[in-house]
Amino acid sequence: MIDLQGYGPRLLDGALVTFELAVLSLILAVILGLLTASAKLSRNRFVHGIGTLYTTLIRGVPDLVLMMLLFYGGQIGINMLTDQLYYAFDIDIFINVNAFVAGVITIGLIFGAYMGETFRGAFQAVEEGQMEAARAYGMSGWLAFRRVRFPLMMRHALPGIGNNWMVLLKTTALVSIIGLTDMVRVAAEATKATHEPFLFMLPVAVIYLLIATLSEWGFARLTKRYNVGFGESSEWNN
Amino acid sequence: MEQLNSWFTALLSGNAIFTANTLGFYWNGLVTTIQLVFLSLLIGVILAVPLAIGRGSKRRWIKLPIYAYTYVFRGTPLLIQLYLVYYGVVFFDGIQDSIFWVVFKQAFFPALIAFTLNTAAYTTEIFHGAIKNTAKGEIEAARAYGMSRRLMMRRIILPSAFRRALPAYGNEVIFMLHASAVASVVTIMDLTGAAYYVYARFYAPFQAFIFVALIYLCLTFGIMFVFRKLEKRLLAHLRPRGA
Repeated sequence: MIDLQGYGPRLLDGALVTFELAVLSLILAVILGLLTASAKLSRNRFVHGIGTLYTTLIRGVPDLVLMMLLFYGGQIGINMLTDQLYYAFDIDIFINVNAFVAGVITIGLIFGAYMGETFRGAFQAVEEGQMEAARAYGMSGWLAFRRVRFPLMMRHALPGIGNNWMVLLKTTALVSIIGLTDMVRVAAEATKATHEPFLFMLPVAVIYLLIATLSEWGFARLTKRYNVGFGESSEWNN
Repeated sequence: MEQLNSWFTALLSGNAIFTANTLGFYWNGLVTTIQLVFLSLLIGVILAVPLAIGRGSKRRWIKLPIYAYTYVFRGTPLLIQLYLVYYGVVFFDGIQDSIFWVVFKQAFFPALIAFTLNTAAYTTEIFHGAIKNTAKGEIEAARAYGMSRRLMMRRIILPSAFRRALPAYGNEVIFMLHASAVASVVTIMDLTGAAYYVYARFYAPFQAFIFVALIYLCLTFGIMFVFRKLEKRLLAHLRPRGA
Protein backbone atom coordinates (compact mmCIF):
# COMPACT_ATOMS: atom_id res chain seq x y z
CA MET A 1 0.00 0.00 0.00
CA ILE A 2 1.19 3.54 -0.67
CA ASP A 3 2.35 5.42 2.41
CA LEU A 4 0.79 8.87 2.19
CA GLN A 5 2.76 10.04 5.25
CA GLY A 6 -0.35 10.97 7.18
CA TYR A 7 -1.83 13.10 4.40
CA GLY A 8 -4.34 10.40 3.43
CA PRO A 9 -7.40 11.63 5.39
CA ARG A 10 -6.79 15.25 4.36
CA LEU A 11 -6.47 14.19 0.75
CA LEU A 12 -9.84 12.43 1.01
CA ASP A 13 -11.42 15.51 2.60
CA GLY A 14 -9.98 17.53 -0.26
CA ALA A 15 -11.45 15.12 -2.79
CA LEU A 16 -14.85 15.61 -1.16
CA VAL A 17 -14.45 19.42 -1.40
CA THR A 18 -13.55 19.07 -5.09
CA PHE A 19 -16.61 16.92 -5.74
CA GLU A 20 -19.05 19.13 -3.81
CA LEU A 21 -17.66 22.22 -5.48
CA ALA A 22 -18.02 20.66 -8.92
CA VAL A 23 -21.60 19.47 -8.36
CA LEU A 24 -22.83 22.75 -6.81
CA SER A 25 -21.17 24.80 -9.57
CA LEU A 26 -22.76 22.54 -12.17
CA ILE A 27 -26.21 23.18 -10.72
CA LEU A 28 -25.60 26.94 -10.69
CA ALA A 29 -24.18 26.78 -14.21
CA VAL A 30 -27.21 24.89 -15.55
CA ILE A 31 -29.62 27.43 -14.02
CA LEU A 32 -27.59 30.36 -15.36
CA GLY A 33 -27.24 28.61 -18.70
CA LEU A 34 -31.01 28.18 -19.07
CA LEU A 35 -31.51 31.84 -18.18
CA THR A 36 -28.81 32.93 -20.62
CA ALA A 37 -30.21 30.78 -23.40
CA SER A 38 -33.67 32.31 -22.96
CA ALA A 39 -32.10 35.77 -22.87
CA LYS A 40 -30.22 35.12 -26.09
CA LEU A 41 -33.33 33.73 -27.77
CA SER A 42 -35.42 36.66 -26.56
CA ARG A 43 -36.81 39.12 -29.10
CA ASN A 44 -36.15 41.97 -26.67
CA ARG A 45 -32.93 43.57 -27.94
CA PHE A 46 -31.83 44.76 -24.49
CA VAL A 47 -32.18 41.28 -22.93
CA HIS A 48 -30.51 39.71 -25.94
CA GLY A 49 -27.64 42.20 -25.63
CA ILE A 50 -27.07 41.38 -21.97
CA GLY A 51 -26.96 37.65 -22.75
CA THR A 52 -24.46 38.17 -25.56
CA LEU A 53 -22.28 40.49 -23.46
CA TYR A 54 -22.18 37.96 -20.61
CA THR A 55 -21.19 34.99 -22.79
CA THR A 56 -18.64 36.99 -24.79
CA LEU A 57 -16.92 38.55 -21.78
CA ILE A 58 -16.76 35.34 -19.75
CA ARG A 59 -15.49 33.23 -22.62
CA GLY A 60 -12.82 35.78 -23.53
CA VAL A 61 -11.09 35.92 -20.14
CA PRO A 62 -9.15 33.12 -18.38
CA ASP A 63 -10.98 31.32 -15.56
CA LEU A 64 -8.19 32.07 -13.11
CA VAL A 65 -8.33 35.84 -13.74
CA LEU A 66 -12.12 35.86 -13.24
CA MET A 67 -11.71 33.80 -10.10
CA MET A 68 -9.10 36.18 -8.68
CA LEU A 69 -11.20 39.20 -9.63
CA LEU A 70 -14.31 37.82 -7.93
CA PHE A 71 -12.52 36.43 -4.91
CA TYR A 72 -10.12 39.29 -4.10
CA GLY A 73 -12.41 41.97 -5.49
CA GLY A 74 -15.55 40.43 -4.01
CA GLN A 75 -14.49 41.04 -0.43
CA ILE A 76 -13.66 44.68 -1.10
CA GLY A 77 -16.85 45.16 -3.08
CA ILE A 78 -18.98 43.71 -0.31
CA ASN A 79 -17.16 45.77 2.31
CA MET A 80 -17.87 48.92 0.31
CA LEU A 81 -21.51 47.91 0.09
CA THR A 82 -21.86 47.20 3.82
CA ASP A 83 -20.05 50.47 4.60
CA GLN A 84 -22.62 52.33 2.51
CA LEU A 85 -25.40 50.52 4.34
CA TYR A 86 -23.87 51.58 7.65
CA TYR A 87 -23.57 55.25 6.68
CA ALA A 88 -26.96 55.45 5.04
CA PHE A 89 -29.18 53.32 7.24
CA ASP A 90 -27.03 52.62 10.29
CA ILE A 91 -27.17 48.89 9.57
CA ASP A 92 -24.01 47.29 10.86
CA ILE A 93 -23.20 43.98 9.21
CA PHE A 94 -19.99 42.29 8.22
CA ILE A 95 -19.95 39.67 5.51
CA ASN A 96 -16.84 37.56 5.14
CA VAL A 97 -16.40 36.11 1.67
CA ASN A 98 -16.07 32.38 2.09
CA ALA A 99 -13.60 30.78 -0.34
CA PHE A 100 -15.95 27.86 -1.01
CA VAL A 101 -18.92 30.11 -1.82
CA ALA A 102 -16.70 32.34 -3.95
CA GLY A 103 -15.47 29.25 -5.78
CA VAL A 104 -18.97 27.95 -6.47
CA ILE A 105 -20.17 31.36 -7.66
CA THR A 106 -17.16 31.93 -9.90
CA ILE A 107 -17.18 28.50 -11.51
CA GLY A 108 -20.97 28.60 -11.85
CA LEU A 109 -20.75 32.04 -13.46
CA ILE A 110 -18.04 30.93 -15.89
CA PHE A 111 -19.77 27.74 -16.97
CA GLY A 112 -23.18 29.40 -17.06
CA ALA A 113 -21.86 31.18 -20.15
CA TYR A 114 -20.77 27.93 -21.80
CA MET A 115 -24.00 26.20 -20.82
CA GLY A 116 -25.92 29.15 -22.26
CA GLU A 117 -24.40 28.49 -25.67
CA THR A 118 -25.14 24.76 -25.38
CA PHE A 119 -28.78 25.30 -24.39
CA ARG A 120 -29.35 27.97 -27.02
CA GLY A 121 -28.28 25.63 -29.78
CA ALA A 122 -30.34 22.81 -28.30
CA PHE A 123 -33.52 24.90 -28.00
CA GLN A 124 -33.13 26.01 -31.59
CA ALA A 125 -32.80 22.39 -32.69
CA VAL A 126 -36.29 21.51 -31.39
CA GLU A 127 -38.76 21.49 -34.25
CA GLU A 128 -41.51 24.07 -33.95
CA GLY A 129 -44.04 21.47 -35.10
CA GLN A 130 -43.60 19.60 -31.81
CA MET A 131 -44.62 22.69 -29.83
CA GLU A 132 -47.51 23.36 -32.20
CA ALA A 133 -48.70 19.81 -31.62
CA ALA A 134 -48.43 20.32 -27.85
CA ARG A 135 -50.48 23.48 -28.09
CA ALA A 136 -53.02 21.70 -30.26
CA TYR A 137 -53.42 19.20 -27.44
CA GLY A 138 -54.40 22.12 -25.23
CA MET A 139 -51.28 22.03 -23.05
CA SER A 140 -50.56 25.21 -21.14
CA GLY A 141 -47.26 27.02 -21.72
CA TRP A 142 -45.51 25.53 -18.69
CA LEU A 143 -46.82 22.02 -19.26
CA ALA A 144 -45.75 22.12 -22.92
CA PHE A 145 -42.29 23.30 -21.83
CA ARG A 146 -41.96 20.58 -19.21
CA ARG A 147 -43.34 17.70 -21.25
CA VAL A 148 -42.31 18.57 -24.80
CA ARG A 149 -39.74 21.32 -25.29
CA PHE A 150 -37.45 20.50 -22.36
CA PRO A 151 -37.06 16.72 -22.95
CA LEU A 152 -36.58 17.26 -26.69
CA MET A 153 -34.06 20.00 -26.03
CA MET A 154 -32.11 17.80 -23.59
CA ARG A 155 -31.45 15.28 -26.33
CA HIS A 156 -29.47 17.91 -28.22
CA ALA A 157 -27.96 19.52 -25.12
CA LEU A 158 -26.62 16.41 -23.37
CA PRO A 159 -23.36 15.99 -25.34
CA GLY A 160 -22.56 19.67 -24.73
CA ILE A 161 -23.46 19.45 -21.03
CA GLY A 162 -21.21 16.39 -20.74
CA ASN A 163 -18.29 18.25 -22.30
CA ASN A 164 -18.85 21.29 -20.09
CA TRP A 165 -18.97 19.09 -17.01
CA MET A 166 -15.60 17.51 -17.87
CA VAL A 167 -14.00 20.93 -18.31
CA LEU A 168 -15.70 22.24 -15.16
CA LEU A 169 -14.37 19.34 -13.12
CA LYS A 170 -10.82 20.19 -14.14
CA THR A 171 -11.40 23.90 -13.56
CA THR A 172 -12.16 23.22 -9.89
CA ALA A 173 -8.41 22.61 -9.45
CA LEU A 174 -7.92 26.38 -9.77
CA VAL A 175 -9.66 27.09 -6.45
CA SER A 176 -6.55 25.69 -4.75
CA ILE A 177 -4.78 28.85 -5.95
CA ILE A 178 -7.17 31.24 -4.21
CA GLY A 179 -6.83 29.32 -0.95
CA LEU A 180 -9.58 26.73 -0.88
CA THR A 181 -8.44 23.38 0.51
CA ASP A 182 -9.43 21.03 -2.28
CA MET A 183 -7.40 17.92 -3.06
CA VAL A 184 -4.98 19.79 -5.33
CA ARG A 185 -4.07 22.18 -2.54
CA VAL A 186 -3.54 19.35 -0.06
CA ALA A 187 -1.33 17.60 -2.59
CA ALA A 188 0.61 20.80 -3.31
CA GLU A 189 1.18 21.44 0.41
CA ALA A 190 2.23 17.84 0.97
CA THR A 191 4.61 18.07 -2.00
CA LYS A 192 6.25 21.21 -0.66
CA ALA A 193 6.65 19.65 2.79
CA THR A 194 7.94 16.22 1.75
CA HIS A 195 9.45 16.83 -1.73
CA GLU A 196 7.53 13.83 -3.07
CA PRO A 197 5.49 15.23 -5.98
CA PHE A 198 4.65 11.87 -7.55
CA LEU A 199 3.41 10.37 -4.30
CA PHE A 200 0.70 13.03 -3.89
CA MET A 201 0.00 14.37 -7.38
CA LEU A 202 -0.50 10.98 -9.03
CA PRO A 203 -3.30 9.80 -6.68
CA VAL A 204 -5.04 13.15 -7.21
CA ALA A 205 -4.74 12.72 -10.97
CA VAL A 206 -6.19 9.22 -10.63
CA ILE A 207 -9.20 10.56 -8.68
CA TYR A 208 -9.86 13.12 -11.43
CA LEU A 209 -9.66 10.36 -14.05
CA LEU A 210 -11.98 8.20 -11.98
CA ILE A 211 -14.64 10.90 -11.66
CA ALA A 212 -14.29 11.69 -15.37
CA THR A 213 -14.63 8.04 -16.37
CA LEU A 214 -17.63 7.49 -14.11
CA SER A 215 -19.41 10.58 -15.39
CA GLU A 216 -18.73 9.57 -18.98
CA TRP A 217 -20.56 6.34 -18.23
CA GLY A 218 -23.39 8.25 -16.53
CA PHE A 219 -23.78 10.61 -19.46
CA ALA A 220 -23.86 7.69 -21.88
CA ARG A 221 -26.80 6.24 -19.92
CA LEU A 222 -28.60 9.60 -19.81
CA THR A 223 -28.09 10.08 -23.55
CA LYS A 224 -29.63 6.68 -24.16
CA ARG A 225 -32.61 7.66 -22.04
CA TYR A 226 -33.24 10.95 -23.81
CA ASN A 227 -32.76 9.28 -27.18
CA VAL A 228 -35.63 6.88 -26.62
CA GLY A 229 -37.77 7.04 -29.74
CA PHE A 230 -34.94 8.44 -31.87
CA GLY A 231 -32.65 5.42 -32.05
CA GLU A 232 -32.12 3.47 -35.24
CA SER A 233 -33.86 0.42 -33.83
CA SER A 234 -36.94 2.38 -32.87
CA GLU A 235 -40.19 1.18 -34.36
CA TRP A 236 -41.10 4.76 -35.30
CA ASN A 237 -38.23 5.02 -37.71
CA ASN A 238 -39.15 2.07 -39.88
CA MET B 1 7.35 60.11 -30.75
CA GLU B 2 8.11 63.05 -28.48
CA GLN B 3 4.48 64.08 -28.64
CA LEU B 4 3.30 60.55 -27.92
CA ASN B 5 5.62 60.38 -24.94
CA SER B 6 4.36 63.59 -23.39
CA TRP B 7 0.76 62.56 -24.04
CA PHE B 8 1.48 59.28 -22.32
CA THR B 9 3.08 60.95 -19.29
CA ALA B 10 0.14 63.31 -19.00
CA LEU B 11 -2.22 60.37 -19.10
CA LEU B 12 -0.35 58.55 -16.38
CA SER B 13 0.24 61.51 -14.08
CA GLY B 14 -2.11 61.49 -11.15
CA ASN B 15 -2.66 57.76 -11.53
CA ALA B 16 -1.15 55.96 -8.57
CA ILE B 17 -1.53 52.41 -9.88
CA PHE B 18 -0.90 52.48 -13.62
CA THR B 19 2.53 54.06 -13.55
CA ALA B 20 5.13 53.40 -16.23
CA ASN B 21 6.60 50.86 -13.84
CA THR B 22 3.50 48.69 -13.48
CA LEU B 23 2.71 49.00 -17.18
CA GLY B 24 6.20 47.63 -17.75
CA PHE B 25 5.27 44.66 -15.59
CA TYR B 26 2.17 44.04 -17.67
CA TRP B 27 4.21 44.35 -20.87
CA ASN B 28 6.78 41.80 -19.69
CA GLY B 29 3.92 39.56 -18.62
CA LEU B 30 2.35 39.85 -22.07
CA VAL B 31 5.64 38.89 -23.71
CA THR B 32 6.07 35.89 -21.39
CA THR B 33 2.49 34.69 -21.95
CA ILE B 34 2.79 34.95 -25.72
CA GLN B 35 6.16 33.17 -25.77
CA LEU B 36 4.87 30.38 -23.57
CA VAL B 37 1.63 29.88 -25.49
CA PHE B 38 3.17 30.21 -28.94
CA LEU B 39 6.05 27.83 -28.27
CA SER B 40 3.88 25.18 -26.61
CA LEU B 41 1.32 25.35 -29.44
CA LEU B 42 4.04 25.09 -32.07
CA ILE B 43 5.77 22.07 -30.50
CA GLY B 44 2.33 20.63 -29.65
CA VAL B 45 1.26 20.64 -33.31
CA ILE B 46 4.53 19.07 -34.43
CA LEU B 47 4.03 16.26 -31.90
CA ALA B 48 0.31 15.91 -32.62
CA VAL B 49 0.54 15.13 -36.35
CA PRO B 50 2.40 11.79 -36.04
CA LEU B 51 0.45 10.98 -32.87
CA ALA B 52 -2.87 11.55 -34.63
CA ILE B 53 -1.82 9.30 -37.52
CA GLY B 54 -0.73 6.64 -35.02
CA ARG B 55 -3.95 7.06 -33.07
CA GLY B 56 -5.85 5.87 -36.13
CA SER B 57 -3.53 2.95 -36.76
CA LYS B 58 -4.87 -0.59 -36.92
CA ARG B 59 -2.02 -1.91 -34.80
CA ARG B 60 -3.03 -1.98 -31.15
CA TRP B 61 0.47 -1.49 -29.74
CA ILE B 62 0.63 1.86 -31.56
CA LYS B 63 -2.98 2.93 -31.03
CA LEU B 64 -3.45 2.09 -27.36
CA PRO B 65 -0.46 3.90 -25.80
CA ILE B 66 -1.38 7.07 -27.72
CA TYR B 67 -4.98 6.78 -26.59
CA ALA B 68 -3.83 6.29 -22.98
CA TYR B 69 -1.65 9.41 -23.27
CA THR B 70 -4.44 11.63 -24.60
CA TYR B 71 -6.94 10.18 -22.12
CA VAL B 72 -4.75 10.94 -19.11
CA PHE B 73 -3.70 14.41 -20.25
CA ARG B 74 -7.21 15.43 -21.23
CA GLY B 75 -8.76 13.94 -18.11
CA THR B 76 -6.63 15.66 -15.49
CA PRO B 77 -6.25 19.38 -14.73
CA LEU B 78 -3.35 21.23 -16.35
CA LEU B 79 -2.43 22.53 -12.89
CA ILE B 80 -1.65 18.97 -11.73
CA GLN B 81 0.44 18.34 -14.83
CA LEU B 82 2.29 21.59 -14.22
CA TYR B 83 3.02 20.70 -10.58
CA LEU B 84 4.18 17.22 -11.60
CA VAL B 85 6.68 18.55 -14.14
CA TYR B 86 7.75 21.54 -12.04
CA TYR B 87 8.40 19.59 -8.84
CA GLY B 88 9.20 16.31 -10.57
CA VAL B 89 11.94 17.45 -12.92
CA VAL B 90 14.62 17.27 -10.20
CA PHE B 91 13.98 13.53 -9.87
CA PHE B 92 15.63 12.82 -13.22
CA ASP B 93 18.99 11.44 -12.20
CA GLY B 94 21.85 13.80 -12.77
CA ILE B 95 19.81 16.60 -14.27
CA GLN B 96 21.11 19.00 -11.66
CA ASP B 97 24.69 18.26 -12.70
CA SER B 98 24.03 18.41 -16.43
CA ILE B 99 24.24 21.44 -18.66
CA PHE B 100 20.45 21.42 -18.96
CA TRP B 101 20.03 22.51 -15.37
CA VAL B 102 20.66 26.12 -16.39
CA VAL B 103 17.38 26.08 -18.31
CA PHE B 104 15.45 23.69 -16.09
CA LYS B 105 15.96 25.54 -12.85
CA GLN B 106 13.90 28.39 -14.25
CA ALA B 107 10.18 27.78 -14.06
CA PHE B 108 9.69 28.65 -17.75
CA PHE B 109 10.87 25.33 -19.12
CA PRO B 110 8.96 22.97 -16.85
CA ALA B 111 5.87 25.06 -17.65
CA LEU B 112 6.63 24.86 -21.37
CA ILE B 113 6.91 21.06 -21.14
CA ALA B 114 3.64 20.70 -19.21
CA PHE B 115 1.76 23.02 -21.59
CA THR B 116 3.21 21.30 -24.65
CA LEU B 117 2.23 17.82 -23.46
CA ASN B 118 -1.25 19.10 -22.61
CA THR B 119 -1.94 20.85 -25.90
CA ALA B 120 -0.40 17.97 -27.88
CA ALA B 121 -2.94 15.60 -26.29
CA TYR B 122 -5.92 17.79 -27.22
CA THR B 123 -4.56 18.52 -30.69
CA THR B 124 -3.97 14.81 -31.33
CA GLU B 125 -7.64 14.11 -30.66
CA ILE B 126 -8.75 17.04 -32.85
CA PHE B 127 -6.58 15.88 -35.78
CA HIS B 128 -7.56 12.25 -35.24
CA GLY B 129 -11.25 13.20 -35.46
CA ALA B 130 -10.62 15.19 -38.63
CA ILE B 131 -8.61 12.37 -40.25
CA LYS B 132 -11.33 9.86 -39.38
CA ASN B 133 -13.94 12.06 -41.04
CA THR B 134 -12.20 12.17 -44.39
CA ALA B 135 -14.77 11.54 -47.11
CA LYS B 136 -14.63 7.94 -48.35
CA GLY B 137 -14.74 9.06 -51.95
CA GLU B 138 -11.49 11.03 -51.56
CA ILE B 139 -9.70 7.93 -50.28
CA GLU B 140 -11.17 5.72 -52.98
CA ALA B 141 -10.10 8.19 -55.65
CA ALA B 142 -6.58 8.31 -54.21
CA ARG B 143 -6.44 4.51 -54.23
CA ALA B 144 -7.68 4.39 -57.78
CA TYR B 145 -4.75 6.58 -58.73
CA GLY B 146 -2.50 3.92 -57.24
CA MET B 147 -1.22 6.09 -54.38
CA SER B 148 0.61 4.35 -51.57
CA ARG B 149 -0.71 4.86 -48.03
CA ARG B 150 2.11 7.25 -47.30
CA LEU B 151 1.51 9.37 -50.37
CA MET B 152 -2.24 9.34 -49.80
CA MET B 153 -1.77 10.54 -46.23
CA ARG B 154 0.53 13.34 -47.33
CA ARG B 155 -1.31 14.54 -50.42
CA ILE B 156 -4.96 13.78 -49.73
CA ILE B 157 -5.89 12.99 -46.13
CA LEU B 158 -3.75 15.43 -44.14
CA PRO B 159 -4.39 18.57 -46.21
CA SER B 160 -8.14 18.09 -46.09
CA ALA B 161 -8.09 17.01 -42.42
CA PHE B 162 -6.12 20.11 -41.37
CA ARG B 163 -8.70 22.31 -43.01
CA ARG B 164 -11.57 20.57 -41.28
CA ALA B 165 -9.72 20.71 -37.96
CA LEU B 166 -9.30 24.48 -38.20
CA PRO B 167 -12.38 25.64 -36.21
CA ALA B 168 -11.70 23.17 -33.38
CA TYR B 169 -8.02 24.05 -33.38
CA GLY B 170 -8.89 27.74 -33.09
CA ASN B 171 -10.79 26.92 -29.91
CA GLU B 172 -7.79 24.98 -28.64
CA VAL B 173 -5.53 28.01 -29.20
CA ILE B 174 -7.88 30.21 -27.17
CA PHE B 175 -8.18 27.50 -24.53
CA MET B 176 -4.37 27.33 -24.27
CA LEU B 177 -4.08 31.11 -23.95
CA HIS B 178 -6.54 31.04 -21.06
CA ALA B 179 -5.04 27.93 -19.48
CA SER B 180 -1.59 29.52 -19.52
CA ALA B 181 -2.73 31.76 -16.64
CA VAL B 182 -1.82 28.94 -14.23
CA ALA B 183 1.84 29.52 -15.08
CA SER B 184 1.75 32.34 -12.54
CA VAL B 185 1.39 29.71 -9.80
CA VAL B 186 4.93 28.41 -10.32
CA THR B 187 6.53 31.87 -9.98
CA ILE B 188 6.35 32.75 -13.69
CA MET B 189 5.62 36.45 -14.25
CA ASP B 190 3.13 36.03 -17.05
CA LEU B 191 0.15 38.36 -17.59
CA THR B 192 -1.78 36.93 -14.64
CA GLY B 193 1.37 36.94 -12.51
CA ALA B 194 1.86 40.63 -13.30
CA ALA B 195 -1.78 41.35 -12.41
CA TYR B 196 -1.41 39.51 -9.13
CA TYR B 197 1.73 41.48 -8.34
CA VAL B 198 -0.05 44.78 -9.01
CA TYR B 199 -2.99 43.64 -6.88
CA ALA B 200 -0.75 42.65 -3.98
CA ARG B 201 1.38 45.81 -4.24
CA PHE B 202 -1.51 48.30 -4.30
CA TYR B 203 -4.34 46.18 -2.90
CA ALA B 204 -6.38 47.17 -5.93
CA PRO B 205 -8.07 44.00 -7.22
CA PHE B 206 -10.51 45.72 -9.58
CA GLN B 207 -7.95 47.80 -11.47
CA ALA B 208 -5.32 45.04 -11.55
CA PHE B 209 -7.54 42.19 -12.73
CA ILE B 210 -9.97 44.10 -14.96
CA PHE B 211 -7.03 45.60 -16.83
CA VAL B 212 -5.48 42.18 -17.41
CA ALA B 213 -8.90 40.74 -18.32
CA LEU B 214 -9.18 43.38 -21.06
CA ILE B 215 -5.75 42.41 -22.41
CA TYR B 216 -6.78 38.74 -22.53
CA LEU B 217 -10.04 39.74 -24.19
CA CYS B 218 -8.16 41.61 -26.92
CA LEU B 219 -5.84 38.63 -27.46
CA THR B 220 -8.85 36.28 -27.65
CA PHE B 221 -10.60 38.47 -30.20
CA GLY B 222 -7.37 38.72 -32.18
CA ILE B 223 -7.03 34.93 -32.34
CA MET B 224 -10.70 34.55 -33.26
CA PHE B 225 -10.30 37.11 -36.05
CA VAL B 226 -7.25 35.35 -37.49
CA PHE B 227 -8.93 31.95 -37.46
CA ARG B 228 -12.11 33.29 -38.99
CA LYS B 229 -10.06 34.78 -41.83
CA LEU B 230 -8.18 31.49 -42.27
CA GLU B 231 -11.41 29.49 -42.28
CA LYS B 232 -12.95 31.80 -44.83
CA ARG B 233 -9.96 31.28 -47.05
CA LEU B 234 -9.29 27.58 -46.60
CA LEU B 235 -12.85 26.35 -46.25
CA ALA B 236 -14.24 28.44 -49.09
CA HIS B 237 -15.10 25.30 -51.05
CA LEU B 238 -17.44 24.10 -48.29
CA ARG B 239 -19.59 27.22 -48.15
CA PRO B 240 -22.79 27.51 -50.14
CA ARG B 241 -22.27 29.69 -53.19
CA GLY B 242 -23.36 33.25 -52.60
CA ALA B 243 -25.92 34.92 -54.81
